Amino acid sequence: MVRETTIDRTQGLHPILIALAAWIVPGAGHLWGGQRGKGLVFLVVLPLMFAVGLALEGRLFPFELSQPLVALAAIADVGIGAPYLAGKALSLGGGTVTAVTYEYGNTFLIVAGLLNLLVVCDAWDLVTGRK
Amino acid sequence: MHSHFLLLIVFAFFVSTVFATLMRDDIAQQIRFGAVLFGGFVVGAVVFGWLMFPIPL
Repeated sequence: MVRETTIDRTQGLHPILIALAAWIVPGAGHLWGGQRGKGLVFLVVLPLMFAVGLALEGRLFPFELSQPLVALAAIADVGIGAPYLAGKALSLGGGTVTAVTYEYGNTFLIVAGLLNLLVVCDAWDLVTGRK
Repeated sequence: MHSHFLLLIVFAFFVSTVFATLMRDDIAQQIRFGAVLFGGFVVGAVVFGWLMFPIPL
């Protein structure tokens, strides 16, 4: 039996569709492309890191273009996809500036989003045959 | 979870797990690379901490 490659599995699907799925659900791009192990690791680790950031009273930054650093942090936060949207919908991530762990929480939230953006790029490379 | 060192270890664990999974395909290599990254994070932070010790607050 010939093993199905990532290209075979995703043939006919636009890479943008897979990148979008990979952004919304961390690991979905790899799961779709047949890399089940990698996909499951991302599916568990990235939302968990995001949840730890919320538990540490970090803030989900708003898009305030008047404050460029806040806007950049917001872009990084959004990188995690559905967990960010769920957090916003549940009014989580208000951020407690006086909490000892506030900056740690922000770091966890921002880095989880940025790591998911790297995972999206990797999924893109997989489905376009660059990797 | 107010321990700085514990938070450093948790952060290093998450980041090294994702990087190792992304950059290596074989499970044995992922574990080895992840362990090296994790160790680098933790040891590097402790070394930097000691280097900053003489600097006044």
